[in-house]
Amino acid sequence: MPALTLDAAGVTVATADGERVLLEPTTLSLTEQRVAVIGANGSGKSTMARLLNGLVTPTTGRVLVDGLDVARHGAEVRRRVGFCFTDPAAQLVMPTCVEDVELSLRRSERDPVARRRRALEVLERHGLAEHAHQSVHDLSGGQRQLLALAGVLATDPEVVVADEPTTLLDLANSRRVGDLLLSLPQQLVLLTHDLDLAARCDRVLVVEGGRVVADGTGPESVAAYVDAVDRARLT
Amino acid sequence: MSSPFLVGVHQPGDSWVHRCPTGPKLTLLALFSLAVVLTRSAVASPVFLAAALALAAVAGVRLGTLLRATRAVLVLALLASALQWWVDGPAKAAETLVDLVALALAAITVSATTPVNDVLDTLVRAVGPLRRVGVDPERVALAFSLAIGALPGTVALALETRDAARARGLGRHPRAYLTPFVVRVVARAHEQGDALAARGLGD
Repeated sequence: MPALTLDAAGVTVATADGERVLLEPTTLSLTEQRVAVIGANGSGKSTMARLLNGLVTPTTGRVLVDGLDVARHGAEVRRRVGFCFTDPAAQLVMPTCVEDVELSLRRSERDPVARRRRALEVLERHGLAEHAHQSVHDLSGGQRQLLALAGVLATDPEVVVADEPTTLLDLANSRRVGDLLLSLPQQLVLLTHDLDLAARCDRVLVVEGGRVVADGTGPESVAAYVDAVDRARLT
Repeated sequence: MSSPFLVGVHQPGDSWVHRCPTGPKLTLLALFSLAVVLTRSAVASPVFLAAALALAAVAGVRLGTLLRATRAVLVLALLASALQWWVDGPAKAAETLVDLVALALAAITVSATTPVNDVLDTLVRAVGPLRRVGVDPERVALAFSLAIGALPGTVALALETRDAARARGLGRHPRAYLTPFVVRVVARAHEQGDALAARGLGD
């Protein structure tokens, strides 16, 4: 597994005007295959995830992916770290499904015929072959999220970071996408509010107020998070 | 829900319009557009419209696609024609309306018969020589394809915003519609920028 490291000196992220700290000094090394990050909305989960492929740059400290400094080697890191967003509508930029997957493949496959073939294979693998030439706007929410994920996986990243990928989905699609993510051979960093899904991960971080407040196995961390939420509700 | 605006949605087929290489096809579309814009004649306009309709028929573009896509363009064409009527009279207004519909039909036919990635590849090749003066052809082509891809998404946002305004009983209030629409378009642009960066496009 690639090592994802927020270095020992502690990584922080602040807003552009420096008035608010989004991530307090954080030191982490993520080497497990499936890592979940849970916590309330606005707790700093997305900021932490976005550090991993350079969408957010640290105010202090360094983020390393397999020893590569994300700030210095952004392009190389993004080739290794795929990112899946909450709302697939923002991620799908081409008119049809097959064209969107082809867009992901442009860097690795220059020949248009081979690129089309590979894109169709990717869609087939994810059960979207029959929608290949359909407008991305005509897909259901679940199909769009699967397509967004297919576009990420088409590039064979070593790490997949998924930022609440099941939040907008119904139960069946949420389970389908969750099962797919957990079955990936790649290292997975999964931000989620789905505690059942989080509990199935090898390691779970609980983030609150820009800090990691719990870090352990799935059941341990989920229990700690539920306890903390219940205590907060009663006080 | 069916897409409300279908420019850019490729419909596979084997007509000669589909088989025509992308470079010549785009060049012909540019020449056709220039001819429509530069020819000021009430007789020529119906001929251009007939040519565009014939092209769509030969390409086998679905009638539903043509009607839905043209409907969206028709609103703008009618506005432009109304202005022409006021300035130059009814003959010019009719000419403008017919010209704009002909242009839209030709563009819809080209986009329906050409995969966007083929357009991208063609643009990359066309802009390639400018690499020497610091232009990145991939970025230029990507910007072009994003402009096409943004159309249906923006229309979808407009419809969602209109529904949200109606649900709050503000359907007829332009500010209740336009302000959130602009905010949502800008927010979506930021999200798409992040998504493109995350996919390494533009690195």
